[in-house]
Amino acid sequence: MEPFTTLVSVPTPLLRDNVDTDLIIPAAWLKTVSRKGLGAGAFESLRKRPDGTPDPGCVFNRPQYRGSQILVAGRNFGCGSSREHAAWALADLGYRCVIAESFADIFASNAFKNGILTIALESADLARIAADAEAVRPVRVDLAAQTVTTADGTVVAFALDAFRKHCLLNGLDEVSLTLEKHAGAIAAYEEAARQRMPWAIGG
Amino acid sequence: MSDPRTNHSRNGAPATLYDKIWNRHVVSDLGDGSALIYIDRHLVHEVTSPQAFESLRLAGRPVRRPEATLALVDHNVPTTPRDRPIEDPLAAKQISLLRENTAAFGIAFLDIDDPRQGIVHVVGPELGLTLPGLTIVCGDSHTSTHGAFGALAFGIGTSEVEHVLATQTLLLRKSRNMRVRVDGTLPPGVTAKDLALAIIGAIGTAGATGHVIEYAGEAVRALSMEGRMTLANMSIEAGGRAGLIAPDETTFAYLEGRPRAPKGALWERAVADWRTLASDPGAVFDREVVIDAREITPLVTWGTSPEQVVPVTGRVPDPDDFADPAAGRAAAAALDYMGLEPGTPIEGIAIDRVFIGSCTNSRIEDLRAAAAVFRGRKVAAGVRQVLVVPGSGEVKRQAEAEGLDRIFRAAGCEWREPGCSACLGMNPDKVPPGERCASTSNRNFVGRQGPGARTHLVSPAMAAAAAVSGHFTDVRRLATAGGV
Ligand code: SF4
Repeated sequence: MEPFTTLVSVPTPLLRDNVDTDLIIPAAWLKTVSRKGLGAGAFESLRKRPDGTPDPGCVFNRPQYRGSQILVAGRNFGCGSSREHAAWALADLGYRCVIAESFADIFASNAFKNGILTIALESADLARIAADAEAVRPVRVDLAAQTVTTADGTVVAFALDAFRKHCLLNGLDEVSLTLEKHAGAIAAYEEAARQRMPWAIGG
Repeated sequence: MSDPRTNHSRNGAPATLYDKIWNRHVVSDLGDGSALIYIDRHLVHEVTSPQAFESLRLAGRPVRRPEATLALVDHNVPTTPRDRPIEDPLAAKQISLLRENTAAFGIAFLDIDDPRQGIVHVVGPELGLTLPGLTIVCGDSHTSTHGAFGALAFGIGTSEVEHVLATQTLLLRKSRNMRVRVDGTLPPGVTAKDLALAIIGAIGTAGATGHVIEYAGEAVRALSMEGRMTLANMSIEAGGRAGLIAPDETTFAYLEGRPRAPKGALWERAVADWRTLASDPGAVFDREVVIDAREITPLVTWGTSPEQVVPVTGRVPDPDDFADPAAGRAAAAALDYMGLEPGTPIEGIAIDRVFIGSCTNSRIEDLRAAAAVFRGRKVAAGVRQVLVVPGSGEVKRQAEAEGLDRIFRAAGCEWREPGCSACLGMNPDKVPPGERCASTSNRNFVGRQGPGARTHLVSPAMAAAAAVSGHFTDVRRLATAGGV
């Protein structure tokens, strides 16, 4: 995965609570065979009007937010089903960071597995970022320092699990981390298991 | 930490079956209750694997032990004769992609026309891939089925599928231990499916959250392997991470001689080892539930959650009668979706369709139970379709050798090719909107059998009884009248 260090981007304002995984990626898109391309279905119900034409008022269609890599939302972002497709869809749209008041656990874990940084902020701090998003002003996310700097230079600190931070900073996915840290232990286990439970490992 | 040679904790404390399997598979103990756990067997199907293979390819990683994995197709495949093309282009794509991926990574694959093809949780045990004491995973929540053999088996997500393919391990947090003890024996006409529904009805769909369940007691010991698989299968509907049954003579008799089971001296050594897996006397369970088998009757679900279940002799409940207001609201919403009025006798509910199949109830014993009811009877006039779908090619051949297919056909049922079929609305076998189906599957969720479909979960014998009556019927009465 691509390491995550700093990010400067105009945040996309999706200022509502309970953005659920169905809203992020509708169930009809779950029959895909790739992590790529899901951006086309992401937020479909917001982006398209009932007749299927793009809604120009939707933030995802507004040119000011084209290329945005940060999404700003309210409380309980990513609630609903455990589908990993929600994280894949956001990544495919180009998002590398979601800032919200809180996140559903499984979504946060899926986002992390796909290199997306989730930042939970208290409502007053979140309001500053949301204001920049609405005014189309860029903010700066610094993962090493664990800060978000608003357009006027205000520095907002955020908390983050040390393990996730390490993985994101170094672009380590869980597979490479396991291989890096435990390859020797896995080989030793297999060696011992061949003696101990040959029927289990011989299969 | 424990000592894998003795199965006991190093401090000598008695261990549960789950503790023993966990302890044997620790590759690295990470402290804080989590560990890197070795995975012995990995089952792969067409729906949850494409993105895992895609990631391996992008990262240029091989599969660590291709021989530990078996892939097959079940969710998407039509159950009509296998020489016809697959019409749904997305399903066809997922199937052909699995064919390519398994070839590229050197993984054994049972294709759609393989005589052993079938539902992943039916085929694994048949081949003897499922053995006591193993860790088994699959990108499918009903992997819990394999726990019937005393294997620690559970469903995983797509990123974890990739992790297992690449490393043969998973990073796991240990669950808590829960024991469900079922005393007494099940009355005649009451099956493992009724037992599973009774347990879920008693503890709720969140009853085992955070726990691995061990099923124990006289009624569980008395179950056949087929019955045990039905019970373990629905552990996930009780909220459990996995469900376990300690291996015993029934288990060994089922496994001996299976293609992938150990042979000769290795078999003897394995059985001796498997006998040590049972929970030690005095092992501590974080939670224990006791159920009396003698009180269980044939059951029917009335709502959109497996816990919304009543005896076939009962009535549809009134949402106003629930002590918990949230449960009352859920009941009202379920009745609205199901098109049912409070107070309606269950036996008064007419059905449109019947589905006998799924990884819960598509094994030979299930088909025998259904055929015993269909023998000499006809599907009732108002019933539009009765699908009987064997869980695997092996089940199909066995059923045909016993003449069960002829009984089903003579009664007016459709006898199909193996697959998940109408268990979920992902292949052509669907229940149309608003229609009511008596189903032997495991989930009665909104839209599970197709948009707007109304599902009632029952045992195979009860599904057959509903088919010949046109409405739910207590199979115990029918069986007596028909002399079965
Ligand atoms: S039969 Fe149903 S529950 Fe079982 S694996 Fe197939 S879809 Fe899942």
